[in-house]
Amino acid sequence: MSGVYVIAEHDRGATSPATHEAFTAAAALAANLKELVVAVFIGSFDSDFEATCSQYGISEAVILESPLITDYGPEVWGQAVAEMVNLRRPRVVMAVGTDKGNEVLAQASARTETPFIANCIQVEHNETWSMTRTQWGGSLLEDVSVEGDLIFVSYAHHAVEAAASNTQTDLTVQRIEVGIDPSLARTLVRERALQAEGATLSTASVVVSGGRGVGATLLSGKVGCSRAVTNNGWRSHADQVGQTGTRIAPEIYIACGISGAIQHWVGAMASKNILAVNTDPEANMVSKAGYAVIGDLHEVVPAIAEEIRRRREAV
Amino acid sequence: MRILVCVKRVPAPGSRINVTENGLNVDTAHLGFTTSPHEECALEEAAQLAEQHGGSVSVLTVGPAEAEEQLRYAASVGGNEFTLVLNDTGQDWDPQRTARTITEAIAQLEADSGVFDLILFGNESADAGGYQVGVRVAVALDRPMVNGIKGIEIEDSSLVANREVDGGLEVYSLLTPAVLGVKEGINLPRYPTMKGRLASKKADIQVAQIEALPGPQQLVRLHRPEEKVTETEVLGTGPDAASRVVDLLDELGVL
Ligand SMILES: Cc1cc2nc3c(=O)[nH]c(=O)nc-3n(C[C@H](O)[C@H](O)[C@H](O)COP(=O)(O)OP(=O)(O)OC[C@H]3O[C@@H](n4cnc5c(N)ncnc54)[C@H](O)[C@@H]3O)c2cc1C
Ligand SMILES: Nc1ncnc2c1ncn2[C@@H]1O[C@H](COP(=O)(O)O)[C@@H](O)[C@H]1O
Repeated sequence: MSGVYVIAEHDRGATSPATHEAFTAAAALAANLKELVVAVFIGSFDSDFEATCSQYGISEAVILESPLITDYGPEVWGQAVAEMVNLRRPRVVMAVGTDKGNEVLAQASARTETPFIANCIQVEHNETWSMTRTQWGGSLLEDVSVEGDLIFVSYAHHAVEAAASNTQTDLTVQRIEVGIDPSLARTLVRERALQAEGATLSTASVVVSGGRGVGATLLSGKVGCSRAVTNNGWRSHADQVGQTGTRIAPEIYIACGISGAIQHWVGAMASKNILAVNTDPEANMVSKAGYAVIGDLHEVVPAIAEEIRRRREAV
Repeated sequence: MRILVCVKRVPAPGSRINVTENGLNVDTAHLGFTTSPHEECALEEAAQLAEQHGGSVSVLTVGPAEAEEQLRYAASVGGNEFTLVLNDTGQDWDPQRTARTITEAIAQLEADSGVFDLILFGNESADAGGYQVGVRVAVALDRPMVNGIKGIEIEDSSLVANREVDGGLEVYSLLTPAVLGVKEGINLPRYPTMKGRLASKKADIQVAQIEALPGPQQLVRLHRPEEKVTETEVLGTGPDAASRVVDLLDELGVL
């Protein structure tokens, strides 16, 4: 058993930014374990994967091919990784814990009857494996020990910052034709539909939550909300910030009438600045925010909007 | 259409999650309990599909005796049949053991009353978030499985399921029997009606005991991530604070 095998996530050929995170984490883990990193590409993809590998100091890549892998499919991808595990006997198979990263690892670990530990922030091996992973969407940490030679681990998304390496590497690439049960093609993507373009909640620089948009259009930001709001059907779930909603990272997050429950907080905590507007000075959102206004949002938010308008007109 | 939904009883913490002294559990002394949000939506989806296409909704949980509360709640929002597989160890089983237990429970339920056309899981459980129990069960049953589902439609004997990805949707079609992992947002779960509340009182809950092999994961300790202590600067009270708020927005360059 040897090697840290890292699954490159890609969408019809283009590697995703999460893959760079995975390569960075893989390099650190492999150094720790005194192993080599092997990048794993599934299906067919753009030719720039070689450049990506060398950017991250990776000297070995395997390409898992099969006529059945024509697109993403959780079962064919999972089976491809399971086949590779049987051929190559890696020590660790890893990915970044995006939805697809976790899905492929779960599929492959289920097919090889091996443990899978999702969303780790630290992985070590002494006599056994010991890792720290996130629970509750990051609100709680769990130290766990795992017996076994081969493990599947994902790294919590955004826990590692992608960092290219300076080591020059010559890449050796091996193509492996994996045997895949034709029935597993049953879960290939059948078609795609495009949705909204432009800034999304997760990429917006200003997010105003709770108070129905009054300030948001003026600041060309996005409107978010808490689960109390979606549960009441006041706004669509697409606007929900939190553990089971969207994780945001704006320049400023304005949280109006939001108590700051832990499940909301994990979605908002990456914001660079937070302004809480709340009648309750003791609200958790207020104590965690860098800035606060104590008062009724129905008065405060319109006053802010009015002040912005006034200053714009004065220019 | 026979549908099964697998739900998990989880604590409902407020502003922070406290851990018991031995570090092995969330301190639930002052907490209520709930069903994971993704699974609440899975349940709603099952109820809607059964209403539209005819059929029944079975609900399965692995947990302590108290998880009966979550099954009764399921009865109040459209569930028809309920199974509680007891785990009285006071701790979650590791995901491999949970998956084996659920797989065996499904085998027993299907031997009694026929195959489930559709088995729904949450995308991930709210507490442990292991991202695997549903997939492991589907692989053990050799049924198609896709996670992250935000839309389900039935076309003859196949299901069309949508998954949200950056900027769009991926569409999958699966032949039944199939397994899906559902995400919150697929629907807006209903509140229990008066009739539902009555049904929940009368619901017949089957309690089962299943011995499955434990997996190799061992919980060592739960702990909270390091918290940043923030000095909150109060910009003012009421509408008079507007001017300082706009100063701040200006400083941050977002005006
Ligand atoms: C497993 C799980 C996952 C969850 N995931 C999420 C998630 O992703 N996102 C999420 O948001 N929640 C989530 N929740 C729910 C979460 O626990 C809270 O219930 C929810 O965030 C509360 O929403 P809220 O702050 O709007 O409401 P409340 O907690 O009711 O708070 C209302 C706040 O508004 C203030 N207020 C009231 N009136 C005014 C006024 N006129 N002016 C100013 N302030 C006012 C009050 O002082 C209070 O602080 C989850 C829960 C669970 C169990
Ligand atoms: N103890 C349990 N009882 C019933 N279903 C469960 C249990 N644990 C997990 N599940 C189901 O499996 C899904 C994935 O769980 P997990 O692998 O922990 O993220 C959950 O959303 C539930 O639908």
